Amino acid sequence: MYKILEKEILNPTVTKMVVEAPKVAKKALAGQFIILRVRENGERIPLTIADYDRNKGTITIIFQIVGQTTMMLNELNAGDEILDFVGPLGRPSEIEGLKKVCVIGGGVGCAIAYPTAKALYENGAEVTVITGFRNKDLVILEKEFEEVSHHAYMMSDDGSAGEKGLVTNKLEELIQNGEQFDEVIAIGPLVMMKFVCLLTKKYDIKTVVSMNPIMIDGTGMCGGCRLSVGGETKFACVDGPDFDGHLVDFDEVISRSQTYRIFEQEKREEHCNLFKKEVA
Amino acid sequence: MPNMSMTKVPMPTQDGDVRKNNFEEVALGYTKEQAMEEAQRCLHCPTKPCISGCPVSVNIPDFIEQVKNGEFEKAYQIIHQTSSLPAVCGRVCPQETQCESKCVRGVKGEAVAIGRLERFVADWHREHVKDALEKQPSNGHKVAIVGAGPAGLTCAGDLAKKGYQVSVFEALHVAGGVLMYGIPEFRLPKEIVQHEINGLKEMGVDIQTNTVIGRTESVDDLFEDGYESVFIGSGAGLPNFMNMPGENLKGVYSANEFLTRCNLMKAYKEDADTPIQHPKRAVIVGGGNVAMDAARCAKRLGVEEVTIVYRRSMEELPARKEEVEHAQEEGIKFQLLTNPVQVLGDEEGWVKGIECVSMELGEPDASGRRRPKEIKGSNFVIDIDCMIMAIGTSPNPLIRSTTGGLDTNRKGCLVADEHGATTREGVFAGGDAVTGAATVIMAMGAGKTAAKAMDEYIQNKN
Repeated sequence: MYKILEKEILNPTVTKMVVEAPKVAKKALAGQFIILRVRENGERIPLTIADYDRNKGTITIIFQIVGQTTMMLNELNAGDEILDFVGPLGRPSEIEGLKKVCVIGGGVGCAIAYPTAKALYENGAEVTVITGFRNKDLVILEKEFEEVSHHAYMMSDDGSAGEKGLVTNKLEELIQNGEQFDEVIAIGPLVMMKFVCLLTKKYDIKTVVSMNPIMIDGTGMCGGCRLSVGGETKFACVDGPDFDGHLVDFDEVISRSQTYRIFEQEKREEHCNLFKKEVA
Repeated sequence: MPNMSMTKVPMPTQDGDVRKNNFEEVALGYTKEQAMEEAQRCLHCPTKPCISGCPVSVNIPDFIEQVKNGEFEKAYQIIHQTSSLPAVCGRVCPQETQCESKCVRGVKGEAVAIGRLERFVADWHREHVKDALEKQPSNGHKVAIVGAGPAGLTCAGDLAKKGYQVSVFEALHVAGGVLMYGIPEFRLPKEIVQHEINGLKEMGVDIQTNTVIGRTESVDDLFEDGYESVFIGSGAGLPNFMNMPGENLKGVYSANEFLTRCNLMKAYKEDADTPIQHPKRAVIVGGGNVAMDAARCAKRLGVEEVTIVYRRSMEELPARKEEVEHAQEEGIKFQLLTNPVQVLGDEEGWVKGIECVSMELGEPDASGRRRPKEIKGSNFVIDIDCMIMAIGTSPNPLIRSTTGGLDTNRKGCLVADEHGATTREGVFAGGDAVTGAATVIMAMGAGKTAAKAMDEYIQNKN
């Protein structure tokens, strides 16, 4: 069992938890993920490591409440325990040698972008961060990003936080103003990553994306997380989760991500009925 | 006077039409009377050929003698000397190609039902004997086992019996490996697997789940932590695909994923959170035991039409005969001499069909089986909404890529000698991680051999 030491509601749909998992914390690096299970007969879900503290032996996770398992997880509080918590899984992000990087985070993807930005910043790279949210109520990690970047920009769909517009608008503006990035790292909704990649391809800037597909074991066993990268089938859990965004077949990834949409919807409604809550 | 019946005492099973709708065990096992009657068919021949057919050398005639006398616990103790998982072996071993293939009774008539008797004895013990297994006094040495599947558990059991302090590291949330995620409930109830594993725990084996060696800890970390020898039994978990167009459509599963959802994650149960598709027409590509398991699970999930697509003929089908018969009784169709060439999808990215080509058998290949050849222009489409690829698995690269000094072959299998010793001192390996996908009992045999070699290695070193 893995004890929850802290819980913080970041916004109505996103929660942060600090979990006691010393073995995972000892090895964790930016870009890696964990898999957890909340109860017997529960689902295994992957969550990217948002932060780690080797001395305290803790892993921070930040998750969006989207389905049955994240709903149950969100009902746990500091002092409660998570049944299973395994990691760190996947390959760490490759940050060595990067001098000037633009890190883009969209929505809850910011939780994944944050450790990467932090690692780059601590490694001496010049870090530009662009974050994007639907509106001001959904903003997370604003202060944290400012601490690990040289330039931080925030965008929102309705202009209620930062500038109105998409992360791609800001990125294109920076590029046109003469910013020359060694690499763009984009982490967020699949559609956002797809459009960032289309844009950077135009300007020929290497772009890395982090994939978070459907998975069970996270060790290469099920193949459920497979995706086409440059025409080859790769497993996100062992070959990724980071991939060259210009080679990823996003349309296929988007399609596959919807495999269990109807099932998840039913489960969510069932869960909400059970706890007499409104469907988020 | 031995029982000279030419045939085995039949084992009762659930009727095909009933069991295709449930996940309960298909074969129901012998009663005491049936077991004693079958035990009398053993002739106790002096050469004991059956033992040589058993990868873990169970003393078969002796345990059968005890069954004949109604001394079931004594029979259990004889089996347990060499096998840590008798209830599992009695159910999933391919006895017809191992012990039973050597049985003298098989020359004229059917072999003695060694597998059924082993199962009976293990079940009798589980139901009647509650004593905890004895923990051996410690010999002061620590060993680590990577992977809690059949190879690792057997190795762990044998080393614990010698007094080693054994830690088993398992990546999943539960121990058992393929016995838990792969083989379905109706062939091997999970409660039985866990009971066998609890037996190991009683013997002092420490099992650490949620620990991925190669990620959470490395093999080097294990040596640093004071383990004197490491056994790698990480299996061959990586599913193979055919690399044909359309394989990444929604509704296309690896058998590993389909079976894991169903067996390990219990997706067939109402109160499980893991989703699984409930299609109408499914095709399973492949002809091994895993293909049969996937097909029979699909049937039980309510799939109306389940078809096995295999490129050779019934004769070459690698699955156990009994599994094929059970599948047929449950209404699984066999589309033989057929090979898929591409998967067809609808506009929303779901699989809607599989384009196949008919095959004919040519000259025998290196494996001795006749090589299938495409019949040009014979392409046809089967309409489906689910496809399961059961064409084999490869060893997981996680350990070889994070551990120095381990040689692997072209297929990614760890190189180990006949005692299980790898190219790195103190590191032993066995099971599918070395051989590529094989059987539970072969893995157990390898775990047993390695345990002996690890014991010798540590005793000689000190």
